[in-house]
Amino acid sequence: MKRVYVSRDMASVALGADEIARTLAQAGCDVVRTGSRGLFSIEPLVEVEMPEGRIGYGPVGAADVGKILDGTHPHRLGDVGALPFFASQQRFTFARCGITDPLSLEDYAAHGGWRGLDAARAAAPQQVVDIVKASGLRGRGGAGFPTGIKWQTVLDAPDGPRFIVCNADEGDSGTFADRMLMEGDPYCLIEGMAIAAHAVGASRGYIYIRSEYPFAIDTMRAAIDRAAGRIAPFVIEVRAGAGAYVCGEETALLDSIEGKRGQVRAKPPLPALKGLFGKPTVINNVLSLAAVPFILAEGAQAYADVGFGRSRGTMPVQLAGNVKHGGLYEVGFGITLGELVNDIGGGTESGRPVRAVQVGGPLGAYFPPSMFHLPFDYEAFAQAGGLIGHAGITVFDDTADMAQMARFAMEFCAVESCGKCTPCRIGSTRGVEVMDRIIAARDAAPVAAEGAAGGYLGEALHSRAPSRIDTGIEAQTALLRDLCDTMKFGSLCALGGFTPYPVLSALDHFPEDFGAPAPIEQAAE
Amino acid sequence: MHSLENPREDATLIRLEAADALIAQWTRRHGAARDQLLPLLHMLQEEMGFVDDALVAPIAAAFNLSRADVHGVVTFYHDFRRVPAGRHVVKICRAESCQARGGAAIEAAAAERLGVAMGGTRRDGQVTLEAVYCLGLCAVGPNALVDGRPVARVDVGRLDAIAREIAA
Repeated sequence: MKRVYVSRDMASVALGADEIARTLAQAGCDVVRTGSRGLFSIEPLVEVEMPEGRIGYGPVGAADVGKILDGTHPHRLGDVGALPFFASQQRFTFARCGITDPLSLEDYAAHGGWRGLDAARAAAPQQVVDIVKASGLRGRGGAGFPTGIKWQTVLDAPDGPRFIVCNADEGDSGTFADRMLMEGDPYCLIEGMAIAAHAVGASRGYIYIRSEYPFAIDTMRAAIDRAAGRIAPFVIEVRAGAGAYVCGEETALLDSIEGKRGQVRAKPPLPALKGLFGKPTVINNVLSLAAVPFILAEGAQAYADVGFGRSRGTMPVQLAGNVKHGGLYEVGFGITLGELVNDIGGGTESGRPVRAVQVGGPLGAYFPPSMFHLPFDYEAFAQAGGLIGHAGITVFDDTADMAQMARFAMEFCAVESCGKCTPCRIGSTRGVEVMDRIIAARDAAPVAAEGAAGGYLGEALHSRAPSRIDTGIEAQTALLRDLCDTMKFGSLCALGGFTPYPVLSALDHFPEDFGAPAPIEQAAE
Repeated sequence: MHSLENPREDATLIRLEAADALIAQWTRRHGAARDQLLPLLHMLQEEMGFVDDALVAPIAAAFNLSRADVHGVVTFYHDFRRVPAGRHVVKICRAESCQARGGAAIEAAAAERLGVAMGGTRRDGQVTLEAVYCLGLCAVGPNALVDGRPVARVDVGRLDAIAREIAA
């Protein structure tokens, strides 16, 4: 019986992997469902086990099964791991993803699983924290706070119960690494959490997964059941979100687990000291926790040897949007934005020129190709007026209207604001109105045109006589900058505080879309 | 305590009694600590299709919370419905990565082909069309979720297939 491998990742299934798997099973194959390899331009992908190794075919459909099995299909890729997209990666965290059966404990152990946990449990908690500190690992959720220092704070907290909370509320558009890991190698996250639990003395952990990820929720629950004995006495529970983007903010996430509205808490106190149920809590992103087993198994130095400046180790970069070879690309920090978009990603899928990339999700800045020399590094991006965030890169071609994208950033903030602080709650709605006026003035249509803004927004817009508002582009742009300043410095968390990043970067780098002359910098480049 | 004379009230009453039983069963198994509130709401929506405003009082009683508190939680989260959805639910992603791949046009075409505006339920109750902000399939958009099943690379042809599926 021929053994074949087909991904069960949600993206693969969305492309038709289930149908192919069914057809292969009907053809008498032994079908192993894996996670995704992470390159979606070759999916749905089927790998056939041959004497010389696994031979991939993709993209393929259910009708191609005959030709796949007799080896004559033209989309034969050979050894998938040897494709340039994969051969040039440094897969520390995603080493097993796409290769093993995600729920097979045998596979996990055979591919180096549990070595990190065994090493950790053989060491004292302080030693484990020291190793994580020495690795230079920083929070992969976006803020980049040193993970070891966070753990030290919890370890040093007064005696009493403490918790490990995994933030799997991956709501940023353009990011899917958390989802891929939870669906493709769930034991890696479980092992990372168990190591954290040993390091700080926690006996209970929670994984908060957004409800938009039903496959990840099911896979993690099944994996936790199977691994319960291996991580005992540590216990993990999955909690499903309920469609609130703001719950990706750590304190809102804690409130949500506690059964409250997911509203942001004022800090201090830090969650490390007063976190879940008011107890000391390690709250880390999926990728931070999933990096830990490698660090414990291979040593802090092996991880810290890779990287750039103060950003050590690898980052699972996600290439998304209008990109030819989209997918997950794990590599050491320092690679440039241009290499990622053009060399790895192959430019746009539409074949048109790249106009902009948004790095770091809805709260990340839009960069033009003239900034593609930027190295992937927390500090370099901060200096350039942006952020790495969760390392999602969304590519846009030259049909993108950047003023509309700026409007969308404000609209998204208005939809998702938790409502606790005024700059975010009110500012975002005012921001949509200002953007509507700018777009209307740009398109030379009268601002009060019917349908320019619907519903209560329209009413608010017309609540004053139009003659009392200077709806000219210059005045509205000044107002937009002023509003962004208030949101940036007055908001309680990153939702209101970072929404100005996409808005202002779009305005600064693409002023022609806002009715102003084009910038000179692109000509100079 | 309720009269059973009006058949409409009768149906509501039966539904509320079923909900009461579900809540009681849940609290027996999982306790009534506050952190069980979201899991309970998920379960009720799964079982009953939506979280009826009439359930706020019995939930508040079971958890020893104020009704305002429970109402606040139910209305905070986008997932919880306070009215029933259509027989089919189609969710279309509106986030940046899908927009970069032509999502806005697909959104408009979906509304037209399914005969319902975004955020609404068709008058015949056959389909609800909703926005979703990112399904994490950002390299293969525009994406949709049709009755929980993910569909990638949505184009006009796929929309027609979805329209046929929900007509059945």
